[in-house]
Amino acid sequence: MPINYYIFLSIALFAIGIVGVLTRRNAIIIFMCIELMLNAVNLLLVAFSKMHYLKNAAIDANAGMDGQLFVFFIMVVAAAEVSVGLAIIVMMYRNIHSVDVNFLNRLKH
Amino acid sequence: MSTTQILFWFLSVVALFSALMVITSKNPVYSVLWLIVTFFSISGHYILLNAQFLAIVNIIVYAGAIMVLFLFVIMLMNLNKETEPQKNRWLKMAGAVAGGCLLLVLVAALKDTDIKQQQALVNEGSIGLIKNLGKELFTTYVVPFEISSVLFLSAMVGAVVIGKKE
Repeated sequence: MPINYYIFLSIALFAIGIVGVLTRRNAIIIFMCIELMLNAVNLLLVAFSKMHYLKNAAIDANAGMDGQLFVFFIMVVAAAEVSVGLAIIVMMYRNIHSVDVNFLNRLKH
Repeated sequence: MSTTQILFWFLSVVALFSALMVITSKNPVYSVLWLIVTFFSISGHYILLNAQFLAIVNIIVYAGAIMVLFLFVIMLMNLNKETEPQKNRWLKMAGAVAGGCLLLVLVAALKDTDIKQQQALVNEGSIGLIKNLGKELFTTYVVPFEISSVLFLSAMVGAVVIGKKE
């Protein structure tokens, strides 16, 4: 497949994630949109790794493998991030009985 | 049109449609379910690119563990359509326009790059197999791998410290 199809698909998914973060007020949905953006980037990394492999497979049999390992590490970091982030959201719900991010604006003052 | 191309377009349409449903569903539980559909279609893309290990890990970690955690938290909080907070119409429109502008700028910037003659290898290539990835992970990337275990430990401790009642 041409690489720019993957680029445009990832950009579209990333933009949908951005729109979700900007338009929703529920902290959990915002968090889910962040996961969506991470996955868009992962997809593009895998596509680029296969592109690199196709180009350099004759020189190096492992060309492009780094991209897929980075995706693996991104998934590791995302799992750690979700556990801490959901703990913070649960604590926020326990304190103010809402997951509305607009109630967090007292962090400004 | 070959089978690969048909699968690519089908998976892309499913991914984009379910991603749109994630941000437009009023009920958070439906958002989570649509996000699971998105992750499955992205896993389908990985299989199409012959990245089998990542496809399986994506299903197990994202669609399995993380989404169940989200669903669990949503059900714990008993969120539904009536309690779901909504932004006012103008803010929603401004957010959509801002995201659309980002999409437009990125597409315009990357439309005519010289990378577009390149192809991504689909259906073949052995770098995505578990054997090869595992060898590389436990030789070249063994230090980051061990550090990520420390990261998990600290995330676990952090989640427990944040989550416990004072």
